[in-house]
Amino acid sequence: MADLLEIRNLRIEATSYPPGEKPRHVVLVDDVSVSLAKGRVLGLIGESGAGKSTIGLSAMAYGRGGVRLTGGQVLLNGRDLLKACPAGLRSLRGHQVTYVAQSAAAAFNPAWRLMDQVIEASLQHRLMSRKAAEARAVDLFRRLGLPDPTTFGRRYPHQVSGGQLQRAMTAMALCPRPDLVIFDEPTTALDVTTQIEVLAAIKEAIRDTGVAALYISHDLAVVAQVADDILVLRGGRQVEYGTAGQIINAPQEAYTKALVSVRSIHHVEKALSDAVLRVEGVTARYRGTNLDVLKGVTIEVAAGQTLAVVGESGSGKSTLARVITGLLPATAGRILFAGRVLPAELAARSKDDLRELQMIYQMADTAMNPRQTVATIIGRPLEFYFGLKGEARRKRVQELLDQIEMGSGYIDRYPAELSGGQKQRVCIARALAAKPKLIICDEVTSALDPLVADGILKLLLDLQAREGVAYLFITHDLATVKAIADKIAVLYRGEVVRYGAKTDVLTPPFDDYTELLLSSVPEMELGWLEGVLANRRMESAGN
Amino acid sequence: MKMPLSALIGIVATSAFVLAAIFAQWIAPYPIDAAAGKVWEAPSEQFWLGTDTIGRDILSRLIYGGQITIFVALASSLLSFSLGAFFGFMAAVRGGWVDLFLSRLVDLMMAVPALIVALVVLSVLPLNLLVLILLMGILDSTRVFRLSRAVATDITVMDYVEAARLRGERQGWIIFREILPNALSPLVAEFGLRFIFAVLFISTLSFLGLGIQPPLSDWGGMVRENKDGLVYGKAAAMMPAAAIAVLAISVNLVADWVLSRTASLKGGRGG
Repeated sequence: MADLLEIRNLRIEATSYPPGEKPRHVVLVDDVSVSLAKGRVLGLIGESGAGKSTIGLSAMAYGRGGVRLTGGQVLLNGRDLLKACPAGLRSLRGHQVTYVAQSAAAAFNPAWRLMDQVIEASLQHRLMSRKAAEARAVDLFRRLGLPDPTTFGRRYPHQVSGGQLQRAMTAMALCPRPDLVIFDEPTTALDVTTQIEVLAAIKEAIRDTGVAALYISHDLAVVAQVADDILVLRGGRQVEYGTAGQIINAPQEAYTKALVSVRSIHHVEKALSDAVLRVEGVTARYRGTNLDVLKGVTIEVAAGQTLAVVGESGSGKSTLARVITGLLPATAGRILFAGRVLPAELAARSKDDLRELQMIYQMADTAMNPRQTVATIIGRPLEFYFGLKGEARRKRVQELLDQIEMGSGYIDRYPAELSGGQKQRVCIARALAAKPKLIICDEVTSALDPLVADGILKLLLDLQAREGVAYLFITHDLATVKAIADKIAVLYRGEVVRYGAKTDVLTPPFDDYTELLLSSVPEMELGWLEGVLANRRMESAGN
Repeated sequence: MKMPLSALIGIVATSAFVLAAIFAQWIAPYPIDAAAGKVWEAPSEQFWLGTDTIGRDILSRLIYGGQITIFVALASSLLSFSLGAFFGFMAAVRGGWVDLFLSRLVDLMMAVPALIVALVVLSVLPLNLLVLILLMGILDSTRVFRLSRAVATDITVMDYVEAARLRGERQGWIIFREILPNALSPLVAEFGLRFIFAVLFISTLSFLGLGIQPPLSDWGGMVRENKDGLVYGKAAAMMPAAAIAVLAISVNLVADWVLSRTASLKGGRGG
């Protein structure tokens, strides 16, 4: 049988316009060849800039702003798409090939009901009558496990959750009975507990409808659950191409091996020591609301150790950080820091209180003033807290840069001239410059590629060993927690549902929520998804 | 980045006006108030743009008038920007009742047409340059306040401003070091537009007789002096009017270019 999709020696180019420089010609993808048979799933994996989305979109002969498909062939059912006329492509897109985007919230028109959007492509291509299309959509809603499939389509996008919206988009893609669906990071923006449901729904829908799929993700563990074959990409080039089993169990290339073994940092928890921060019965709500986002939270961070606060979005973990830093005064409870009671209001805190409690943000991009150089960004706390000026200040900045393994050559750069990982390192240096006792890390690795994130985590552990600084590590990612935590607090709807030393928290028996959370983290093995789902079904049958 | 032709024309014309204004004493062929020729002479080799209602050289008066027009417009724009940007940033940074009070005050001021306020105030206060500049600066600062507050509100929610707050920085640092550099490009573009409005405003006031007082004269005042000539087909009133139009267009061309360079209101680096 001929393959449904065949990409031969694909080459994709673009012209980039870096600020202040001459336009540059860049090759995004070079010499990539893959083939995909009907009913199979091909996973495309790589870090940002690897060209995985670009290749995915080339399967519908589409290049985002300024991107040109300049070489090779893209054959769909034996027809070369790169030579097709615009009208031919129009009839192909939304009919034979469909697309599921990463951010469902941004992909739906908020002014239209879901049903109209789900069946739009089918109607436009005159594939079926409105009635037939609606019947098919309802059938797909049911298969994807959406609540009230018959009436689900009458809702507007804002009336359903993020996970449901992502499934609705999958229904939209499957509705016109396409030959090929492109999934572009469909679960990346979701919580782990939601991700597993969507992942299972997508996998089942692919199997039921017999459609072929390209599954694009940066998370190898996720791809391993749905893909038959995997193509590993780096910098627009093919690194390794094989069956999912071979890539996961017997990777050949060094880069693939690194991807498979990512998050394997081994961290032994430390013995207990005195608390540097103690949060006692803190309750907090945002002004003008009557909903307590935090309810009687009590936790302790030991000096020189790491407490990980875990929870899904909406659990109140970032609010906890705001309460501790004083941005949102607590309505009840108190905060003890280094043996003294911290005033609830930021304005009432002393300079030492502020200095010893530093913060690192999720988005390093917005955490640094784009108009300041690295020397100012790191140097300002030195000047502000210690009165360092001129040459002494510059020398200390360079020392800090050495500590975060960036060396010379960066001190006079602007944030826009740094990579994502380097930006986060500069933010770490800024926090360190204040010689803090505690650093609050708010999802510091979530926006980074896995290998870069690993580097940041190793650096944080190193710095902890050297400087004895404590971390309050806020994250939704349990793999990160396992890698660096000494103690863990699991937060659910504003309450601490589980709290203790790492091994205790991660050892059964679990409470229901922790169990769900832990079992939802994708493992780097084939058949993990089926195993978890079978387990859950057995348990619910037992109840 | 290559400069478009329109921007080049704008820069050349604007700098010609500014230079002429600065070096008026040396450039102008005749003194400002000397009746050098006959009444309403047509342009000739002796009087390039002709003479006015009492025989003074129009070119010389244009050059001297430009000095006053540009000085008053520039001074009042600078004042309106200092006031508007400072209070706009403060409203965005402080929020709460400070923001509420300042914003409602500005709404109140904007609810009354600027020209009417100006006419009422000028009919009571003594007519001199200082009063004019203060009045125009304060009236115009309401518009600048709106813009800087909008731009700064977008910036104050950035993590780097929060980081500065957590560090314990004073308000001055946050306004001048964290927000101002990032709000500068839209403000610079707006400055060009505001400057033109100031030129038009001072010209309007002078035309109505409430602006610059004789023997000094600005372009609006010159139009007023010579408007009767239009009835007899004398072009004297058209010269200062054309000067106002050309200055407005050329500054606009420059402002457009600055605005298109920054592309977004948030004013990204470079580009």
